[in-house]
Amino acid sequence: MKADPMGVATGSHYLDGDHACAEGAIAGGCRFMAGYPITPSTEVAERIAERFPKIGGMFIQMEDELASMAAVSGAVWAGAKSMTVTSGPGFSLMMENIGLAVMMEVPCVVVNVQRGGPSTGLPTLTAQADMMQARWGSHGDYEIIALSPNSPQECFDLTITAFNLSEKWRVPVLFMMDECVGHMTEKVIIPNADEIEVTPRKYYKGKKESYRPYRFNGSNSVAPMVKAGDGYFIHITGLTHDERGYPVINAEAQEKNVKHLVNKILKNEEKIRIIEEDQVDGADVVVISYGISSRVAMNAVEAARKKGLKVGTLRLVTVWPFPESRIRELAKSVKAFVVPEINMGQISLEVERCAQGNAKTILVPHAGGWVHDPTDILNAIEESIV
Amino acid sequence: MSETITDYTNKLTIPKPEENFRHPMEAYIRSERFPHIWCSSCGIGTILTAYISGLQKSGLDPEKVAVVSGIGCSGRVAGYLRLDSFHSTHGRALPFATGLALGNPELKVSVISGDGDISAIGGNHFIHSARRNMNLTIICINNFTYAMTGGQAGPTTPIEANSSTTPYGSYEYPFNLPFLAESCGAVYVARWTALHIRRLTNAISEALLKPGFSFIEVISPCPTLYSRRNRLGTGLDSMKFYHDTAIIQHGAETREVDIEYQQKIIVGKFVDKEKPTFTEARDKFLKKKLGDRFVPYRGPNHGH
Repeated sequence: MKADPMGVATGSHYLDGDHACAEGAIAGGCRFMAGYPITPSTEVAERIAERFPKIGGMFIQMEDELASMAAVSGAVWAGAKSMTVTSGPGFSLMMENIGLAVMMEVPCVVVNVQRGGPSTGLPTLTAQADMMQARWGSHGDYEIIALSPNSPQECFDLTITAFNLSEKWRVPVLFMMDECVGHMTEKVIIPNADEIEVTPRKYYKGKKESYRPYRFNGSNSVAPMVKAGDGYFIHITGLTHDERGYPVINAEAQEKNVKHLVNKILKNEEKIRIIEEDQVDGADVVVISYGISSRVAMNAVEAARKKGLKVGTLRLVTVWPFPESRIRELAKSVKAFVVPEINMGQISLEVERCAQGNAKTILVPHAGGWVHDPTDILNAIEESIV
Repeated sequence: MSETITDYTNKLTIPKPEENFRHPMEAYIRSERFPHIWCSSCGIGTILTAYISGLQKSGLDPEKVAVVSGIGCSGRVAGYLRLDSFHSTHGRALPFATGLALGNPELKVSVISGDGDISAIGGNHFIHSARRNMNLTIICINNFTYAMTGGQAGPTTPIEANSSTTPYGSYEYPFNLPFLAESCGAVYVARWTALHIRRLTNAISEALLKPGFSFIEVISPCPTLYSRRNRLGTGLDSMKFYHDTAIIQHGAETREVDIEYQQKIIVGKFVDKEKPTFTEARDKFLKKKLGDRFVPYRGPNHGH
C-alpha cells in the first residue's frame, strides 16, 4: 500500500533528525501520538502537534510517559497507527507498558532520542547507552525490534520502516536515535506519496466466532488484528494467555506464549535484518557501529585504508534482533572487530559473544556527552591487527 | 439429553440448564471462563451485574462499548464481560482507556477497577483524565484494601482500620474519592454501595449516557480480608452493614462525604453538570483557530 498523500510533505527540506522523524511517522501512516516533553526528543512531538490538526491526526500530551505508552496501546486497539517519543528517563518509565505492548502484540513505534545517563544524566548531550535497555528493559522474556538511524534522511526513511516492521510482526519497534542525529540538520528528501511503501495493518476477515487474536502454533507468524468496536468482543490482557486472549496461569501456557514472543522475532531475524556492509570481503578488521558513531567511524576507517589497512565496515541499522549468524560468519574470516559506541560497552558484548573466539573484539567506549575522537577508533583499528 | 457441567465449588455434577433457562445476562458474560476468581459474597459480582443491567438500560449498542480494567480483584471484571475488554497494567487503565476512546470516537469506554488501582498507583492518571473531561465512565470499586495481594492498606483505608500492613490500625488520612473527582473536573459523580442494586444500575446507565468524565464509587465488601480483619462478619453481613449505614443525600457537598471507620456512608448522586468533553473542546477550539485548515480526527473507520 502507498502512503496517504494527505500527510506527505513531498519535497526537498532542510530538517533536523527530530523533525524528519515526525515527517516519517506521518508518511508512515501514524495518526495518533501520545507523549510527554523531554529533551532532546521534544521537537518530534512539537512538529506532530503542529501538523496533526491539519491532517486528521490526534495528538495528546499525557501526564507522564507511563500514560503515554499506555495510551498508545489503547489507540492501536482502537485501530490507529500510533507512536510515542521520549528520551532516557522517559524510556525508563515507558518500560512497564512497552512490556504490555509486547504481551498484547501491539504494533507501535517508540522513539528514544538517546541522551547521557544514568538518571537525569546529560539532558542535552548525546549517548547510545540505552541499547541494552531497549532489548530487555521491561521485565520478563521477550525479543524486540530496534532501529538506529545515522542521519536526518534516515530519521525520515526508517521511521516509515519502523511502522512497517511493527505492523508486520505485531511488536513495538524501538526507534533508537541519539541526540546528535536528532539535532543534526541536513537535507531531507521526502518523496511523493506513491513512492512510499506503507504496510497496512492486517485485519481479520472471517467468521466472528472463529477469530483468535493470537497465533501460538509454532509458525512464528502473527495473527491478524481486529478493532475494538467491530463486534468481535475481544479480550486482551497482559496476563499469560491462550490464542483466544484468555488468561491461563500455568507453565504450559507460559511456554507457548513466551516462545511465540521470542521466536517470532529471533526465527525471522534474517527477514527483519537491515545491515550495511562495505569492503568486508578480505578485510582484516571490520568496524561494527550504529547511529552517529557509524559516521564518526568512517573518518577513522578512511584514514586506516589510506595507510593500506584492510578495513571493512558493518553498520547495524536494525540493532535488535542482532544479526548473530552474520557476525559469526564474518568472525571466521577477519582478525578483529572494532566496536565504537557511546556507552561503556553494550553492543560490543553481543559482537564478542557472536564471534565465539574466532576474532578479537575491541571496544572503543565513550561515556557520552560527545562523539568519539576518530583517532581513538583509528588507534583501535591499528592495534587490533598487530 | 442434557449435558452436564461441573460445579467447581463443591465438585458435584449438576445438570446444565436447558436453553430457555439460561441466565438473561449470559450474552454479556464470558461464561466459558467461569468459575470466576472472586471469593464467595464478594461485592464485585453484584457490581458486574449492575453494570450489565445499567448497560442494557442505557440502550447503548454493546458492540460500541469497551471496558478497560487495571490490576487487582476488580481488574478481572474486564475478563468476564463479553464486550471488547482490556486488562491493562496496574494503575494504567485510564490512560489505556484514553487511547482507546480517542482512537475510536464511536466507542463508549468504561473503566472498571479498584480503589488502589485508580487512586494510588493510577492517581496521577485519574486526576488528569478528570481534568481533561475525557469521555470515560469510571466505576471505582472501593473495598478499602488491596485484596488480591492479601489485604494491605491503601489510600482509601479508613483511620483505625486493620490491614496486613497496618496491623495496629491505619493512621494515614484516606482519600475522599468523590471530592477528588469533582475537584479535578468530573461532570458526573456518584457513590453507592454494592447492595444499592437498583440505584447503582440507574447511576451506571446515566453515567454511560453522560458525555465526559463520569465517576461512580461503589463501596464493596471484601469478606476474605477487609471484613474479617475488621469484624464486619461475612460478605453478606458487611454488604448489609454498608447498606444500612448508608445515608442517601443527593447533591451532597463532596467535601463532606469522607468515610470514617465503621461510620455512616453518604451515598447519592453528588454532581451532574454539563461541560464539553476533551474532544468537543479540542475540535471547537482548533476549528476557531485554524478554520478550514482543521481536519478533525474521525477514527479508524473514516480514512487513514
